[in-house]
Amino acid sequence: MPTSAQKNIVLLSGNEAVAWGAWAAGVCFASGYPGTPSTEILEALSSFDCLEAQWAVNEKVAYEAAFGACIGGKRALTACKHVGLNVAMDPLMTTAYSGVNAGFLVVVADDPGMFSSQNEQDSRRIAPFAKIPLIEPSSPSEAYRFIGEAYQISEKFDIPVLFRITTRISHTKESFEMDASRQVPIRPLDRNISKYVMVPGHARARHVDLEKRLMRLQEYSENTPLNRAEIKDRKIGFITSGICALYTKEVYPDASLLTLGMSFPFPINKIKAFAKKINKLYVIEELEPFLEEQLKQEGIKFIGKKSSWRCGELSPHAVRQIVDQKERDEQPMKSRRPLLCPGCPHRPAFYALKKLRYYVAGDIGCYTLGALEPLAALHTQICMGASIPFFEGIGKSNPGQKVVAVIGDSTFIHTGISGLISAVYNNTKGVVVIMDNATTAMTGAQENPSTGVTLQGKKTKQLVLEDICKAAGVDWVDVVDPYDLKAFEKLLKIRVEEDKLSVIIARHPCKIIDPSRKPSLKIDQKLCKDCGLCLKLDCPAIIRDQKDSLYIDKLLCTGCGVCLQVCNLNAISER
Amino acid sequence: MRSVSDKIKTTNILFFGIGGQGVLSASEICALAALNDGYHVKKSEVKGMAQRGGSVESYVRFGACVLSPLPEQGKVDILVCLYESEYPRLISELRKGGIDLYSYLTKAHKVVGEQKIFLNAFMLGVVSSFLPIKEDSWLKAINDTFSRKQDKNKEYFYQGRRQVVSKVI
Repeated sequence: MPTSAQKNIVLLSGNEAVAWGAWAAGVCFASGYPGTPSTEILEALSSFDCLEAQWAVNEKVAYEAAFGACIGGKRALTACKHVGLNVAMDPLMTTAYSGVNAGFLVVVADDPGMFSSQNEQDSRRIAPFAKIPLIEPSSPSEAYRFIGEAYQISEKFDIPVLFRITTRISHTKESFEMDASRQVPIRPLDRNISKYVMVPGHARARHVDLEKRLMRLQEYSENTPLNRAEIKDRKIGFITSGICALYTKEVYPDASLLTLGMSFPFPINKIKAFAKKINKLYVIEELEPFLEEQLKQEGIKFIGKKSSWRCGELSPHAVRQIVDQKERDEQPMKSRRPLLCPGCPHRPAFYALKKLRYYVAGDIGCYTLGALEPLAALHTQICMGASIPFFEGIGKSNPGQKVVAVIGDSTFIHTGISGLISAVYNNTKGVVVIMDNATTAMTGAQENPSTGVTLQGKKTKQLVLEDICKAAGVDWVDVVDPYDLKAFEKLLKIRVEEDKLSVIIARHPCKIIDPSRKPSLKIDQKLCKDCGLCLKLDCPAIIRDQKDSLYIDKLLCTGCGVCLQVCNLNAISER
Repeated sequence: MRSVSDKIKTTNILFFGIGGQGVLSASEICALAALNDGYHVKKSEVKGMAQRGGSVESYVRFGACVLSPLPEQGKVDILVCLYESEYPRLISELRKGGIDLYSYLTKAHKVVGEQKIFLNAFMLGVVSSFLPIKEDSWLKAINDTFSRKQDKNKEYFYQGRRQVVSKVI
């Protein structure tokens, strides 16, 4: 951690600040599954020897393991991205009823603008749905300070707390002074059966209790300094939360401002009192009209945003436009499209799938980039683990259509295994390709059970993918290196034609974790007829020069040899 | 942070390019150098798909008290582009009278040649000559950020720094 010598001034991202805040609050157990923009929370927590931080196989398991530690009397935390929280909704909803023993935090990182996500759901809505309090810091320094407060709320009101940040907080670094000391409040293991066994008889009582807890939380929300009113110019005032508070301050530094650091339960009396003092009241919030709806319900007059602002991220400029009652008009500036890296083992696999014209039910990871032109060989991607069930449903509803499922190693372990077992059980035929690149690549190369290495980089038992597929009852399990394009294609063709359920494990390590290279390749201009076949690989190393002929960038080329196998004219060779 | 007068205005710098160029290391060093000089700093990053060669942009803001991690549109004081074809995308972020370092990019390529990993260090050197941050603060930031090839990075940093006859904004 970078620090300034004189004082303990640190430069931390929002995610790192959450980790340090959790450390200071005495968290002893943290579990999560990687997902942008939340990944670095667990990575930062892994550097502390005094607590257990771990990658779980998915967010539901992470939530439950962490909640177990909370029952066990230790402060605990689970962290995930917004869509990850959907996976953990089952335990979330009922742990609101049961309540906690030691404090329990659910840190969720939303992704307005979908920088790296499949939707931009607003997780704030989960707080009233699950009936749990919602804390929203607006900066890394606030994230650090609010964590301790959130644990106190959790323990005082016997409830899990939803701690919500967004990409712009997760991935903003801020310099601030950190008083780095750790206190570890511990409670004895809780053996209260009526609290943790949610059979109907117990749950009915806990629901009544939950409603009482919420009433007390409502009162707390009215008085907590997390909700702070700054009365300046009374002609114009804003109610806002999270990062929007800073955007608003940036543009309207002299306006009055009510920043809700605890936005559920909604501090209605505080808001009414603020609204009374303000001539023109605006509500500024990203995504859903979450605060707006609460104000409307109470009959408070305010000016909100046009519905076009429900899509995408806000900014200081957006705040100005919302105040001017404009619609969102800005065309997002077209940024460079992402590409599979040079030497990526997914590339030859998609080349073969495209050539064979199979319908490919895909999943979430780097290999989702196989959907982009010119590969364009992946036809579905909705959520983690959906590829195998989609493959089953699409195949059974379209007899004669060749359908293949494609899923990565980490995603397969996350929620793919259950889909495979269900496919076997329901007599599904066809081919599932597990693209095993030996890492969770898309989120920045994290470990997972099939790498046999923990979050801390220590050796652990390794999950053998072929063994688990065989145990599930799959008819054929083959392992092939996709760099050998012909072998992969041949095997795929054979397996697709069989009346069996097969798994092909396309195994080759990701170039990010295995940067080893072979000599780069070159294109012989005399032999190249510019047929464009190699371009269909979409490799960043194959470039058209100013004279319009193709060449291979020797710095980018990893020497994987895939283009050499694709070229029919033998124009590509080693340097 | 206390050494800075409250009246000092916030300086906005935008570093941008593509994944793998060291855009985020450059903005990290700039943020740390400002921190070392006692400023309040915020630095935002967009890096979702960066590792796959996608666009990367990072705003660094420093001053007495920085509010939003993003400046207002068109309020960037110094624009630092590291990749030619990305340049048109964010040129509108530069304020009127702001400093555009695009013209130094060609020179940077000439100096680093095939050692493209030092492009960011060179451009950072150019940036440094426009900012009121002490040389020691830059060097400490470079040492704290680059774990490897520190001397080489400093060498290119100085080459960039020498391009400009010092004029602090």
